[in-house]
Amino acid sequence: MMNFAAIPEPALRLVLCIVALAVFIGLNGLLLVYMERKIAGHIQRRPGPFEVGPHGVLTPVADALKLVGKQLVAPEGADKWLFWTAPILSFMPIFVLFLPIEFGPNLFGVETNLGLLLILAFAGFNVLALCLAGWGSNNKWGLLGAARAVSQSVAYEIPLLLTVLAVAFMTGTLDLGEITAMQGAWPWQWNVVTQPLAFVIFFTCAVAETNRAPFDVPEAESELTAGFHTEYSGMGFGLFFLAEYAEMIVVCSVATILFLGGWKGPFISGPWWFLVKMYALLTIMMWFRWTYPRVRFDQVLNICWKWFIPLALANLLLTAVLVKVF
Amino acid sequence: MTIKANIKQTPKPEAGFLGTLRDTAKGLWSLVVGLGVTGKYFTDKQVTVHYPRQTVKPVSLTGYRGHIELVGKPKNPGTARCILCMKCMRICPSGCISIKANVEKPPKPPQTEEPKEGQAPLTKRPEPAPKKGKKSLAKFELDYSLCSLCSLCVTHCPVHSLRHSEHVYWAEMDKKNLKLDLLARLKRSVEEKS
Repeated sequence: MMNFAAIPEPALRLVLCIVALAVFIGLNGLLLVYMERKIAGHIQRRPGPFEVGPHGVLTPVADALKLVGKQLVAPEGADKWLFWTAPILSFMPIFVLFLPIEFGPNLFGVETNLGLLLILAFAGFNVLALCLAGWGSNNKWGLLGAARAVSQSVAYEIPLLLTVLAVAFMTGTLDLGEITAMQGAWPWQWNVVTQPLAFVIFFTCAVAETNRAPFDVPEAESELTAGFHTEYSGMGFGLFFLAEYAEMIVVCSVATILFLGGWKGPFISGPWWFLVKMYALLTIMMWFRWTYPRVRFDQVLNICWKWFIPLALANLLLTAVLVKVF
Repeated sequence: MTIKANIKQTPKPEAGFLGTLRDTAKGLWSLVVGLGVTGKYFTDKQVTVHYPRQTVKPVSLTGYRGHIELVGKPKNPGTARCILCMKCMRICPSGCISIKANVEKPPKPPQTEEPKEGQAPLTKRPEPAPKKGKKSLAKFELDYSLCSLCSLCVTHCPVHSLRHSEHVYWAEMDKKNLKLDLLARLKRSVEEKS
Protein backbone atom coordinates (compact mmCIF):
# COMPACT_ATOMS: atom_id res chain seq x y z
CA MET A 1 0.00 0.00 0.00
CA MET A 2 1.42 3.34 -1.00
CA ASN A 3 1.25 5.97 1.63
CA PHE A 4 1.40 9.35 -0.01
CA ALA A 5 1.10 11.18 3.28
CA ALA A 6 4.39 9.62 4.40
CA ILE A 7 6.38 11.42 1.70
CA PRO A 8 7.91 14.40 3.48
CA GLU A 9 8.38 16.77 0.58
CA PRO A 10 4.97 18.24 -0.41
CA ALA A 11 6.02 19.15 -3.96
CA LEU A 12 7.40 15.69 -4.61
CA ARG A 13 4.27 14.16 -3.15
CA LEU A 14 2.11 16.25 -5.46
CA VAL A 15 4.09 15.31 -8.57
CA LEU A 16 4.02 11.62 -7.69
CA CYS A 17 0.36 11.87 -6.94
CA ILE A 18 -0.46 13.52 -10.26
CA VAL A 19 1.52 10.89 -12.18
CA ALA A 20 -0.32 8.16 -10.30
CA LEU A 21 -3.63 9.89 -11.02
CA ALA A 22 -2.82 10.22 -14.72
CA VAL A 23 -2.25 6.46 -14.85
CA PHE A 24 -5.39 5.84 -12.81
CA ILE A 25 -7.51 8.07 -15.05
CA GLY A 26 -6.08 6.60 -18.24
CA LEU A 27 -6.55 2.98 -17.19
CA ASN A 28 -10.01 3.62 -15.81
CA GLY A 29 -10.94 5.45 -19.01
CA LEU A 30 -10.02 2.37 -21.04
CA LEU A 31 -11.80 0.09 -18.61
CA LEU A 32 -14.95 2.24 -18.56
CA VAL A 33 -15.12 2.45 -22.35
CA TYR A 34 -14.89 -1.32 -22.51
CA MET A 35 -17.43 -1.73 -19.72
CA GLU A 36 -19.87 0.68 -21.30
CA ARG A 37 -19.74 -1.02 -24.68
CA LYS A 38 -20.08 -4.45 -23.13
CA ILE A 39 -23.04 -3.37 -20.99
CA ALA A 40 -24.67 -1.69 -23.99
CA GLY A 41 -24.14 -4.85 -25.99
CA HIS A 42 -25.53 -7.22 -23.41
CA ILE A 43 -28.55 -5.04 -22.71
CA GLN A 44 -29.27 -5.10 -26.43
CA ARG A 45 -28.66 -8.86 -26.38
CA ARG A 46 -25.53 -8.79 -28.53
CA PRO A 47 -21.94 -9.49 -27.46
CA GLY A 48 -20.49 -5.98 -27.81
CA PRO A 49 -16.83 -5.66 -28.83
CA PHE A 50 -15.48 -9.14 -29.36
CA GLU A 51 -12.82 -9.25 -32.05
CA VAL A 52 -9.72 -7.45 -30.75
CA GLY A 53 -8.15 -9.54 -28.05
CA PRO A 54 -10.00 -12.17 -26.03
CA HIS A 55 -13.60 -11.00 -25.65
CA GLY A 56 -12.55 -7.69 -27.17
CA VAL A 57 -10.56 -6.46 -24.18
CA LEU A 58 -8.07 -4.68 -26.41
CA THR A 59 -10.75 -2.74 -28.34
CA PRO A 60 -10.44 0.42 -26.19
CA VAL A 61 -6.66 0.35 -26.68
CA ALA A 62 -7.17 0.21 -30.44
CA ASP A 63 -9.73 3.02 -30.14
CA ALA A 64 -7.31 5.15 -28.15
CA LEU A 65 -4.49 4.56 -30.65
CA LYS A 66 -6.82 5.50 -33.47
CA LEU A 67 -7.85 8.71 -31.70
CA VAL A 68 -4.22 9.64 -31.01
CA GLY A 69 -3.26 8.99 -34.62
CA LYS A 70 -5.95 11.12 -36.19
CA GLN A 71 -5.37 14.52 -37.68
CA LEU A 72 -6.53 17.53 -35.72
CA VAL A 73 -8.75 19.71 -37.84
CA ALA A 74 -10.18 23.06 -36.88
CA PRO A 75 -13.15 24.25 -38.93
CA GLU A 76 -12.90 27.34 -41.08
CA GLY A 77 -13.96 30.47 -39.26
CA ALA A 78 -13.45 28.87 -35.86
CA ASP A 79 -11.83 30.83 -33.10
CA LYS A 80 -8.65 28.74 -33.07
CA TRP A 81 -7.51 29.93 -29.67
CA LEU A 82 -10.77 29.10 -27.89
CA PHE A 83 -11.31 26.01 -29.99
CA TRP A 84 -8.08 24.36 -28.84
CA THR A 85 -8.22 25.74 -25.30
CA ALA A 86 -11.57 24.09 -24.65
CA PRO A 87 -10.57 20.39 -24.61
CA ILE A 88 -7.49 21.13 -22.53
CA LEU A 89 -9.56 23.23 -20.14
CA SER A 90 -12.02 20.39 -19.92
CA PHE A 91 -9.35 17.86 -19.02
CA MET A 92 -6.87 19.74 -16.84
CA PRO A 93 -9.08 20.38 -13.78
CA ILE A 94 -9.75 16.65 -13.55
CA PHE A 95 -6.46 16.19 -11.68
CA VAL A 96 -7.48 18.75 -9.09
CA LEU A 97 -10.81 16.97 -8.65
CA PHE A 98 -9.04 13.75 -7.76
CA LEU A 99 -6.56 15.28 -5.32
CA PRO A 100 -8.71 15.44 -2.15
CA ILE A 101 -10.49 12.13 -2.72
CA GLU A 102 -9.53 9.58 -0.12
CA PHE A 103 -9.35 6.24 -1.90
CA GLY A 104 -8.20 4.36 1.15
CA PRO A 105 -6.75 4.97 4.58
CA ASN A 106 -4.17 7.72 3.98
CA LEU A 107 -4.44 7.26 0.24
CA PHE A 108 -5.11 10.75 -1.02
CA GLY A 109 -3.27 13.51 -2.84
CA VAL A 110 -3.81 16.56 -0.71
CA GLU A 111 -5.06 16.73 2.82
CA THR A 112 -7.39 19.66 3.05
CA ASN A 113 -10.33 20.44 5.24
CA LEU A 114 -12.16 21.94 2.25
CA GLY A 115 -11.89 18.94 -0.07
CA LEU A 116 -15.55 18.93 -0.99
CA LEU A 117 -15.47 22.62 -1.82
CA LEU A 118 -12.36 22.11 -3.96
CA ILE A 119 -14.11 19.43 -6.00
CA LEU A 120 -17.33 21.41 -6.44
CA ALA A 121 -15.44 24.56 -7.42
CA PHE A 122 -13.20 22.93 -9.99
CA ALA A 123 -16.00 20.79 -11.41
CA GLY A 124 -17.50 24.08 -12.63
CA PHE A 125 -14.61 24.46 -15.06
CA ASN A 126 -16.07 21.81 -17.29
CA VAL A 127 -19.08 24.02 -18.06
CA LEU A 128 -16.74 26.77 -19.17
CA ALA A 129 -14.87 24.32 -21.39
CA LEU A 130 -18.07 23.12 -23.04
CA CYS A 131 -19.19 26.72 -23.50
CA LEU A 132 -15.89 27.68 -25.17
CA ALA A 133 -15.94 24.55 -27.33
CA GLY A 134 -19.43 25.29 -28.60
CA TRP A 135 -18.73 28.97 -29.13
CA GLY A 136 -15.33 28.53 -30.72
CA SER A 137 -16.36 25.89 -33.27
CA ASN A 138 -18.33 28.28 -35.48
CA ASN A 139 -21.04 25.67 -35.72
CA LYS A 140 -24.69 26.10 -34.88
CA TRP A 141 -25.02 22.64 -33.33
CA GLY A 142 -21.97 23.30 -31.23
CA LEU A 143 -23.40 26.60 -30.08
CA LEU A 144 -26.80 25.09 -29.23
CA GLY A 145 -25.08 22.27 -27.38
CA ALA A 146 -23.01 24.75 -25.41
CA ALA A 147 -26.09 26.79 -24.52
CA ARG A 148 -27.84 23.67 -23.30
CA ALA A 149 -24.77 22.53 -21.36
CA VAL A 150 -24.56 25.85 -19.55
CA SER A 151 -28.22 26.08 -18.58
CA GLN A 152 -28.34 22.44 -17.54
CA SER A 153 -25.17 22.56 -15.48
CA VAL A 154 -26.13 25.78 -13.77
CA ALA A 155 -29.54 24.36 -12.91
CA TYR A 156 -28.34 21.01 -11.63
CA GLU A 157 -25.49 22.38 -9.57
CA ILE A 158 -28.01 23.90 -7.16
CA PRO A 159 -29.72 20.70 -5.95
CA LEU A 160 -26.35 18.96 -6.04
CA LEU A 161 -24.89 21.54 -3.69
CA LEU A 162 -27.97 21.46 -1.47
CA THR A 163 -27.71 17.71 -0.98
CA VAL A 164 -23.98 17.94 -0.32
CA LEU A 165 -24.79 20.65 2.18
CA ALA A 166 -27.23 18.36 3.97
CA VAL A 167 -24.45 15.82 4.49
CA ALA A 168 -22.08 18.59 5.53
CA PHE A 169 -24.64 19.75 8.13
CA MET A 170 -24.81 16.25 9.58
CA THR A 171 -21.08 15.66 9.69
CA GLY A 172 -20.10 19.26 10.35
CA THR A 173 -17.15 19.12 7.98
CA LEU A 174 -16.17 19.48 4.33
CA ASP A 175 -13.16 17.22 4.74
CA LEU A 176 -13.74 14.03 2.75
CA GLY A 177 -11.46 12.06 5.06
CA GLU A 178 -13.43 13.07 8.10
CA ILE A 179 -16.77 12.36 6.43
CA THR A 180 -15.51 8.82 5.75
CA ALA A 181 -14.24 8.52 9.31
CA MET A 182 -17.66 9.39 10.69
CA GLN A 183 -19.31 6.48 8.91
CA GLY A 184 -19.05 2.87 9.93
CA ALA A 185 -18.12 -0.23 8.04
CA TRP A 186 -21.58 -1.77 7.75
CA PRO A 187 -24.23 -0.48 5.33
CA TRP A 188 -26.58 0.63 8.13
CA GLN A 189 -23.85 2.91 9.43
CA TRP A 190 -23.58 4.80 6.16
CA ASN A 191 -25.01 8.23 5.46
CA VAL A 192 -27.32 6.82 2.82
CA VAL A 193 -29.52 5.44 5.62
CA THR A 194 -30.02 8.84 7.21
CA GLN A 195 -30.08 10.78 3.93
CA PRO A 196 -31.77 8.53 1.33
CA LEU A 197 -33.49 11.39 -0.49
CA ALA A 198 -30.26 13.37 -0.63
CA PHE A 199 -28.51 10.33 -2.12
CA VAL A 200 -31.11 9.90 -4.86
CA ILE A 201 -31.07 13.59 -5.71
CA PHE A 202 -27.27 13.73 -5.59
CA PHE A 203 -26.88 10.75 -7.88
CA THR A 204 -29.45 11.99 -10.40
CA CYS A 205 -27.88 15.44 -10.44
CA ALA A 206 -24.47 13.82 -10.85
CA VAL A 207 -25.76 12.02 -13.93
CA ALA A 208 -27.04 15.35 -15.25
CA GLU A 209 -23.84 17.21 -14.37
CA THR A 210 -21.69 14.75 -16.26
CA ASN A 211 -24.03 15.10 -19.27
CA ARG A 212 -24.81 11.41 -19.27
CA ALA A 213 -27.97 9.90 -20.70
CA PRO A 214 -30.85 10.41 -20.06
CA PHE A 215 -29.68 13.98 -19.46
CA ASP A 216 -27.25 14.14 -22.38
CA VAL A 217 -29.09 16.96 -24.16
CA PRO A 218 -25.89 19.00 -24.81
CA GLU A 219 -24.68 16.25 -27.12
CA ALA A 220 -28.01 14.82 -28.28
CA GLU A 221 -27.03 12.98 -31.44
CA SER A 222 -30.44 13.01 -33.03
CA GLU A 223 -30.84 16.76 -32.70
CA LEU A 224 -27.37 18.25 -32.52
CA THR A 225 -25.18 15.61 -34.26
CA ALA A 226 -22.75 15.69 -31.35
CA GLY A 227 -23.47 19.02 -29.68
CA PHE A 228 -20.48 20.93 -28.40
CA HIS A 229 -17.89 18.45 -29.71
CA THR A 230 -19.33 18.20 -33.23
CA GLU A 231 -16.25 19.75 -34.82
CA TYR A 232 -13.58 18.01 -32.78
CA SER A 233 -11.47 15.25 -34.26
CA GLY A 234 -8.75 13.04 -32.89
CA MET A 235 -7.54 13.84 -29.42
CA GLY A 236 -9.60 17.05 -29.27
CA PHE A 237 -12.60 14.77 -29.01
CA GLY A 238 -10.53 12.26 -27.05
CA LEU A 239 -9.87 14.74 -24.26
CA PHE A 240 -13.57 15.60 -23.91
CA PHE A 241 -14.32 11.91 -23.88
CA LEU A 242 -11.70 11.14 -21.26
CA ALA A 243 -12.83 14.11 -19.19
CA GLU A 244 -16.40 12.83 -19.25
CA TYR A 245 -15.36 9.43 -17.97
CA ALA A 246 -13.02 10.95 -15.41
CA GLU A 247 -15.85 13.13 -14.15
CA MET A 248 -18.06 10.10 -13.86
CA ILE A 249 -15.40 8.54 -11.66
CA VAL A 250 -15.19 11.73 -9.60
CA VAL A 251 -18.93 12.04 -8.97
CA CYS A 252 -19.21 8.35 -8.16
CA SER A 253 -16.25 8.64 -5.80
CA VAL A 254 -17.81 11.63 -4.07
CA ALA A 255 -21.11 9.77 -3.80
CA THR A 256 -19.24 6.81 -2.34
CA ILE A 257 -17.54 8.98 0.26
CA LEU A 258 -20.57 11.09 1.17
CA PHE A 259 -23.20 8.38 1.29
CA LEU A 260 -21.69 4.92 1.10
CA GLY A 261 -18.95 5.00 3.70
CA GLY A 262 -15.96 5.55 1.41
CA TRP A 263 -13.25 2.91 1.76
CA LYS A 264 -14.87 1.39 4.82
CA GLY A 265 -16.64 -1.87 4.32
CA PRO A 266 -17.58 -5.07 6.04
CA PHE A 267 -14.74 -7.38 7.22
CA ILE A 268 -11.69 -5.79 5.60
CA SER A 269 -11.82 -2.05 5.03
CA GLY A 270 -9.57 -0.72 2.34
CA PRO A 271 -9.34 0.83 -1.12
CA TRP A 272 -10.92 -2.28 -2.65
CA TRP A 273 -14.21 -1.46 -0.96
CA PHE A 274 -13.95 2.04 -2.38
CA LEU A 275 -13.43 0.66 -5.88
CA VAL A 276 -16.27 -1.83 -5.51
CA LYS A 277 -18.74 0.87 -4.47
CA MET A 278 -17.49 3.30 -7.10
CA TYR A 279 -17.79 0.74 -9.86
CA ALA A 280 -21.23 -0.31 -8.67
CA LEU A 281 -22.38 3.31 -9.03
CA LEU A 282 -20.70 3.59 -12.44
CA THR A 283 -22.48 0.44 -13.57
CA ILE A 284 -25.79 1.91 -12.47
CA MET A 285 -24.99 5.05 -14.46
CA MET A 286 -24.36 2.95 -17.55
CA TRP A 287 -27.46 0.91 -16.85
CA PHE A 288 -29.42 4.22 -16.81
CA ARG A 289 -27.90 5.23 -20.11
CA TRP A 290 -28.98 2.11 -21.94
CA THR A 291 -32.43 2.04 -20.35
CA TYR A 292 -33.86 5.54 -20.45
CA PRO A 293 -34.61 7.61 -23.52
CA ARG A 294 -33.21 11.11 -23.62
CA VAL A 295 -35.27 13.62 -21.67
CA ARG A 296 -36.61 16.60 -23.59
CA PHE A 297 -34.80 19.79 -22.73
CA ASP A 298 -37.72 21.58 -21.06
CA GLN A 299 -38.34 18.41 -19.06
CA VAL A 300 -34.70 18.41 -17.94
CA LEU A 301 -35.08 21.88 -16.51
CA ASN A 302 -38.57 21.18 -15.15
CA ILE A 303 -37.35 18.17 -13.20
CA CYS A 304 -34.61 20.26 -11.71
CA TRP A 305 -36.49 23.44 -10.84
CA LYS A 306 -39.85 21.96 -9.92
CA TRP A 307 -38.78 18.80 -8.12
CA PHE A 308 -35.14 18.56 -7.19
CA ILE A 309 -34.56 22.05 -5.85
CA PRO A 310 -37.69 22.17 -3.64
CA LEU A 311 -37.09 18.60 -2.43
CA ALA A 312 -33.42 19.26 -1.74
CA LEU A 313 -34.35 22.47 0.11
CA ALA A 314 -36.94 20.65 2.21
CA ASN A 315 -34.43 17.92 2.93
CA LEU A 316 -31.85 20.48 3.94
CA LEU A 317 -34.32 22.26 6.21
CA LEU A 318 -35.33 19.01 7.88
CA THR A 319 -31.69 18.03 8.34
CA ALA A 320 -30.87 21.41 9.84
CA VAL A 321 -33.78 21.17 12.28
CA LEU A 322 -32.92 17.61 13.29
CA VAL A 323 -29.23 18.45 13.70
CA LYS A 324 -30.18 21.41 15.90
CA VAL A 325 -32.68 19.40 17.98
CA PHE A 326 -30.58 16.29 18.62
CA MET B 1 -71.27 2.10 -39.56
CA THR B 2 -69.04 3.18 -36.77
CA ILE B 3 -65.41 2.37 -36.80
CA LYS B 4 -64.08 1.47 -33.43
CA ALA B 5 -60.85 3.24 -32.92
CA ASN B 6 -58.73 1.11 -30.69
CA ILE B 7 -56.15 3.71 -29.94
CA LYS B 8 -54.64 3.84 -26.51
CA GLN B 9 -54.73 7.45 -25.47
CA THR B 10 -51.97 8.79 -23.34
CA PRO B 11 -53.58 9.30 -19.97
CA LYS B 12 -54.22 12.89 -19.09
CA PRO B 13 -52.33 14.15 -16.06
CA GLU B 14 -54.43 13.89 -12.96
CA ALA B 15 -55.74 17.07 -11.48
CA GLY B 16 -54.87 18.49 -8.11
CA PHE B 17 -51.84 18.24 -5.92
CA LEU B 18 -52.51 14.64 -4.92
CA GLY B 19 -52.97 13.72 -8.56
CA THR B 20 -49.60 15.19 -9.42
CA LEU B 21 -48.02 13.23 -6.62
CA ARG B 22 -49.69 10.04 -7.80
CA ASP B 23 -48.52 10.68 -11.36
CA THR B 24 -45.00 11.27 -10.14
CA ALA B 25 -45.03 8.09 -8.10
CA LYS B 26 -46.26 6.16 -11.13
CA GLY B 27 -43.55 7.74 -13.25
CA LEU B 28 -40.86 6.84 -10.75
CA TRP B 29 -42.12 3.28 -10.57
CA SER B 30 -42.04 3.09 -14.37
CA LEU B 31 -38.34 3.99 -14.18
CA VAL B 32 -37.73 1.01 -11.90
CA VAL B 33 -39.74 -1.23 -14.23
CA GLY B 34 -37.61 -0.01 -17.13
CA LEU B 35 -34.43 -0.91 -15.29
CA GLY B 36 -35.93 -4.33 -14.62
CA VAL B 37 -36.58 -4.87 -18.33
CA THR B 38 -33.05 -3.96 -19.40
CA GLY B 39 -31.64 -5.88 -16.45
CA LYS B 40 -33.47 -8.96 -17.63
CA TYR B 41 -32.18 -8.48 -21.16
CA PHE B 42 -28.68 -8.10 -19.80
CA THR B 43 -28.78 -11.56 -18.28
CA ASP B 44 -30.77 -13.12 -21.13
CA LYS B 45 -29.18 -15.20 -23.84
CA GLN B 46 -27.78 -13.20 -26.72
CA VAL B 47 -29.66 -13.33 -29.98
CA THR B 48 -26.89 -12.45 -32.41
CA VAL B 49 -24.53 -14.80 -34.20
CA HIS B 50 -20.74 -14.41 -34.17
CA TYR B 51 -20.56 -14.53 -37.92
CA PRO B 52 -17.28 -15.96 -39.09
CA ARG B 53 -17.29 -18.58 -36.34
CA GLN B 54 -21.00 -19.34 -36.38
CA THR B 55 -23.55 -19.21 -39.15
CA VAL B 56 -27.29 -18.92 -39.15
CA LYS B 57 -29.08 -22.25 -39.28
CA PRO B 58 -31.25 -22.80 -42.38
CA VAL B 59 -34.28 -23.08 -40.08
CA SER B 60 -33.87 -19.44 -39.10
CA LEU B 61 -33.84 -18.42 -42.75
CA THR B 62 -37.60 -18.68 -43.29
CA GLY B 63 -38.60 -15.47 -44.93
CA TYR B 64 -35.10 -14.77 -46.15
CA ARG B 65 -35.19 -13.68 -49.77
CA GLY B 66 -31.97 -14.59 -51.50
CA HIS B 67 -31.47 -14.55 -55.25
CA ILE B 68 -34.04 -16.49 -57.27
CA GLU B 69 -33.56 -20.14 -58.13
CA LEU B 70 -35.37 -22.64 -60.31
CA VAL B 71 -37.64 -25.28 -58.87
CA GLY B 72 -37.44 -28.76 -60.29
CA LYS B 73 -40.33 -30.96 -61.31
CA PRO B 74 -41.55 -33.12 -58.47
CA LYS B 75 -40.83 -36.37 -60.31
CA ASN B 76 -37.78 -35.15 -62.16
CA PRO B 77 -36.02 -32.68 -59.93
CA GLY B 78 -33.17 -32.16 -62.39
CA THR B 79 -35.40 -30.35 -64.91
CA ALA B 80 -37.13 -27.11 -64.12
CA ARG B 81 -40.87 -26.73 -64.03
CA CYS B 82 -40.47 -23.81 -66.36
CA ILE B 83 -42.82 -23.76 -69.36
CA LEU B 84 -40.97 -20.96 -71.07
CA CYS B 85 -43.82 -18.49 -70.96
CA MET B 86 -41.23 -15.75 -70.55
CA LYS B 87 -43.42 -13.87 -68.11
CA CYS B 88 -40.60 -13.50 -65.62
CA MET B 89 -38.28 -12.10 -68.24
CA ARG B 90 -40.84 -9.56 -69.38
CA ILE B 91 -41.97 -8.45 -65.98
CA CYS B 92 -38.50 -8.05 -64.50
CA PRO B 93 -38.01 -4.30 -63.99
CA SER B 94 -34.25 -4.64 -63.97
CA GLY B 95 -34.02 -6.94 -66.98
CA CYS B 96 -31.76 -9.31 -65.16
CA ILE B 97 -33.26 -12.57 -66.39
CA SER B 98 -32.28 -14.03 -69.76
CA ILE B 99 -33.81 -17.23 -71.04
CA LYS B 100 -32.92 -19.31 -74.02
CA ALA B 101 -35.02 -22.17 -75.33
CA ASN B 102 -34.16 -25.25 -77.31
CA VAL B 103 -36.74 -25.75 -80.02
CA GLU B 104 -37.05 -29.19 -81.53
CA LYS B 105 -37.81 -29.08 -85.22
CA PRO B 106 -41.51 -29.58 -85.82
CA PRO B 107 -42.39 -32.89 -87.48
CA LYS B 108 -42.97 -32.42 -91.19
CA PRO B 109 -46.62 -32.35 -92.16
CA PRO B 110 -47.65 -35.42 -94.21
CA GLN B 111 -47.52 -34.87 -97.94
CA THR B 112 -50.95 -34.38 -99.44
CA GLU B 113 -51.63 -35.88 -102.81
CA GLU B 114 -51.94 -33.55 -105.73
CA PRO B 115 -55.48 -33.27 -106.98
CA LYS B 116 -55.99 -35.25 -110.15
CA GLU B 117 -56.41 -33.36 -113.38
CA GLY B 118 -59.92 -32.72 -114.61
CA GLN B 119 -61.37 -33.27 -111.22
CA ALA B 120 -62.69 -30.37 -109.44
CA PRO B 121 -60.51 -29.63 -106.54
CA LEU B 122 -62.09 -30.87 -103.38
CA THR B 123 -62.90 -28.23 -100.94
CA LYS B 124 -60.88 -29.58 -98.12
CA ARG B 125 -60.52 -28.11 -94.78
CA PRO B 126 -57.17 -26.44 -94.65
CA GLU B 127 -54.52 -28.39 -92.92
CA PRO B 128 -54.02 -27.39 -89.33
CA ALA B 129 -50.98 -25.28 -88.91
CA PRO B 130 -47.97 -27.40 -88.16
CA LYS B 131 -47.53 -27.89 -84.46
CA LYS B 132 -44.87 -25.80 -82.93
CA GLY B 133 -41.76 -27.69 -82.01
CA LYS B 134 -41.39 -28.80 -78.43
CA LYS B 135 -39.47 -26.23 -76.44
CA SER B 136 -37.19 -26.94 -73.58
CA LEU B 137 -35.18 -24.72 -71.34
CA ALA B 138 -31.64 -24.32 -72.58
CA LYS B 139 -30.38 -21.50 -70.45
CA PHE B 140 -31.74 -19.50 -67.53
CA GLU B 141 -29.36 -16.80 -66.55
CA LEU B 142 -29.67 -14.31 -63.75
CA ASP B 143 -27.55 -11.19 -63.58
CA TYR B 144 -27.64 -10.72 -59.82
CA SER B 145 -25.75 -7.44 -60.02
CA LEU B 146 -28.91 -5.91 -61.54
CA CYS B 147 -31.55 -7.74 -59.51
CA SER B 148 -33.40 -5.68 -56.96
CA LEU B 149 -35.05 -8.71 -55.32
CA CYS B 150 -38.50 -7.28 -55.99
CA SER B 151 -39.95 -10.81 -56.20
CA LEU B 152 -42.18 -9.97 -59.18
CA CYS B 153 -40.89 -12.94 -61.20
CA VAL B 154 -41.57 -15.31 -58.33
CA THR B 155 -45.14 -14.12 -57.84
CA HIS B 156 -45.93 -14.14 -61.56
CA CYS B 157 -44.56 -17.54 -62.48
CA PRO B 158 -47.68 -19.55 -63.41
CA VAL B 159 -46.11 -22.91 -62.55
CA HIS B 160 -44.16 -21.89 -59.46
CA SER B 161 -40.91 -22.60 -61.11
CA LEU B 162 -39.12 -19.77 -59.33
CA ARG B 163 -38.45 -19.15 -55.68
CA HIS B 164 -36.01 -17.26 -53.49
CA SER B 165 -33.00 -19.28 -52.48
CA GLU B 166 -31.50 -19.44 -49.02
CA HIS B 167 -28.06 -18.65 -50.35
CA VAL B 168 -26.92 -16.26 -47.61
CA TYR B 169 -23.17 -16.06 -47.26
CA TRP B 170 -22.25 -14.88 -50.69
CA ALA B 171 -19.76 -12.20 -51.58
CA GLU B 172 -17.82 -11.66 -54.76
CA MET B 173 -14.84 -9.57 -55.70
CA ASP B 174 -15.74 -9.47 -59.38
CA LYS B 175 -18.99 -8.30 -60.92
CA LYS B 176 -18.75 -11.04 -63.54
CA ASN B 177 -19.18 -13.71 -60.92
CA LEU B 178 -22.60 -12.34 -60.08
CA LYS B 179 -24.00 -13.86 -63.28
CA LEU B 180 -25.62 -17.12 -62.32
CA ASP B 181 -26.60 -20.00 -64.56
CA LEU B 182 -29.66 -21.14 -62.66
CA LEU B 183 -30.24 -24.25 -64.73
CA ALA B 184 -26.76 -25.50 -63.99
CA ARG B 185 -27.30 -24.59 -60.36
CA LEU B 186 -30.47 -26.67 -60.22
CA LYS B 187 -28.74 -29.67 -61.73
CA ARG B 188 -25.81 -29.25 -59.37
CA SER B 189 -28.06 -29.08 -56.33
CA VAL B 190 -29.83 -32.28 -57.41
CA GLU B 191 -26.50 -34.03 -57.88
CA GLU B 192 -25.36 -32.89 -54.47
CA LYS B 193 -28.48 -34.24 -52.87
CA SER B 194 -28.26 -37.66 -54.50
